[in-house]
Amino acid sequence: MTQNLKILIADDEAPARNRLRDLLADIVLSDIAHIEIVAEAKNGKEALDLAESCKPDVMLLDIRMPVMDGIETAHHAQKLAHKPHIIFTTAFDAYAVKAFDLNAVDYLLKPIRLERLQTAINKAHALQPNIIAALMAIQTPLQKARSHLSIHERGRVLLVPIESIIYLRAELKYITVRTVEREYLVEESLTHLETEFGERFVRLHRNCIVAPQFIVGYEKRQNDEKEQQWVALLKNIPETIAISRRQQHLVKQS
Amino acid sequence: MRKNSRHPNFQNLGIQLRILLIVNILATMAAILLSDNLNDFLPLLAQLSALVQPVLLLSMLGLYLLNPLFAKLKYWHGVLVIMLLEISFTWLVYIFINQLLAFGSSPEIFRACLLTVIVSAIVLYYFQLQERAYSPAIAEARLQALQARIRPHFLFNSINAVLSLIRSQPKRAETALEDMADLFRVLMSENRDLVPLADEISLCQKYLDLEKLRLEDRLNMTWQIDNMPSDAMIPPLILQPLLENAVYHGIEPLPEGGEIIVHIYTKLKELHISISNPFALQNDKHVGNKMAMKNIKERLKLHFDLEGSFKAESKNNRYVVHIRVPAK
Repeated sequence: MTQNLKILIADDEAPARNRLRDLLADIVLSDIAHIEIVAEAKNGKEALDLAESCKPDVMLLDIRMPVMDGIETAHHAQKLAHKPHIIFTTAFDAYAVKAFDLNAVDYLLKPIRLERLQTAINKAHALQPNIIAALMAIQTPLQKARSHLSIHERGRVLLVPIESIIYLRAELKYITVRTVEREYLVEESLTHLETEFGERFVRLHRNCIVAPQFIVGYEKRQNDEKEQQWVALLKNIPETIAISRRQQHLVKQS
Repeated sequence: MRKNSRHPNFQNLGIQLRILLIVNILATMAAILLSDNLNDFLPLLAQLSALVQPVLLLSMLGLYLLNPLFAKLKYWHGVLVIMLLEISFTWLVYIFINQLLAFGSSPEIFRACLLTVIVSAIVLYYFQLQERAYSPAIAEARLQALQARIRPHFLFNSINAVLSLIRSQPKRAETALEDMADLFRVLMSENRDLVPLADEISLCQKYLDLEKLRLEDRLNMTWQIDNMPSDAMIPPLILQPLLENAVYHGIEPLPEGGEIIVHIYTKLKELHISISNPFALQNDKHVGNKMAMKNIKERLKLHFDLEGSFKAESKNNRYVVHIRVPAK
């Protein structure tokens, strides 16, 4: 039995999406299988939200998009239940293209040609985790850290914008991600997150990094062992974060 | 000597300051050499100055007035005119001082004239070297390197956008290709001389029409140019790269887009151009940004020396670039 090949297009520019749609309409796979464009997105986050429900087989991702770029989108897409094949599109991005060549990743250079698109669609394959890691690594000198954390929860992928995170705290096996609304759990290492996001968070305790814009003040309190200890008061949430002795200079600086 | 050497603009404040500085440094050096000790030095300097300063000031006035002439003359003819001018000024001042003050032992007139010629030659040579250091050839090489770096993103995206139009809106595709041709004609030309502001603005509009094709409603332009002197002369491609930066760094990273404001006005005989765009906080500090700005700064220096300035700052979540050049 054959099925239609479901494709999702993500590009912030409408003409670029139109062009892809026109070209895809020209591609004939076989007598029975057809190409079906299941969704079009204006940025990476939108693409992931749509992919959750549309379950595309192939995602055509532009690299430079607002909100979330193509490479980060591909990274988060690995957690989708129906893991899509990824083909990147880009007008000009020397770093990325070099990395794609090195890792044998499918990509299309704009202006996109029909034959190239056809070949790419035919041989599209899932990205391996190690390749995604390599691509994320080239991202860093190119621009920045991830814009979102992706959290796998009850078969769904939730995207938490980094700027909404109040603190990240290491628990036994997981990291607690706290936003104003709720807590999430992710499987990452705190040290790794700290290096990735750099100045966005400060380390207040061995197991906790906090976004400074959410710290409203400091207070001296008695802890369980009847010792005096500084804690940080946080905006919009009742919890406080204990400050370890080594980080107390932060209190004095403020 | 290069064929197309040019005399500096003697009406430019920066050039005038440099002439004053060089001549006075030379006079001070002469006084140091001639004096045995510090007690000798100051009277000697005063005596030299009595001859040097009047000649210097007269020359600056003369050069200021004759400046338009130098643009028309060949470089060597210009040098000749300057030398003759200097010798006659020295002569005049010399005779005047001799009659009025009757120095006991004034230097011989021939020697005074020779010194003036040497000093003038040093000053002219300095400007020659300076011109060569900031020569348009070098600036242009930098410009080309710069274009090769930034342009592709825009070029390929635009071609892609035009391709998408060909089937559905062939008329729009035609206009877009015409705009692109006009834009690249200017980008590929040898941009040496100043162009009227109105030309640069119309080029920018063509460029923005192309960007609008891709970005649609995300790109909003506000032109505050009602009081702009359309015939003011500016270096070509000063505005366009800045707009390109504004689009690339200010508009493209924003999902809803934003507004670019261009404000052009004259104040105190100076032309002010300011371009502001929204400033996406967590976003990339691309190197291209710095390159374009450095390039424009250099070209402003080449054309206007101290009379042009370039400032970039971020305030109230907007990134503002401000250029000031003499309005001619």
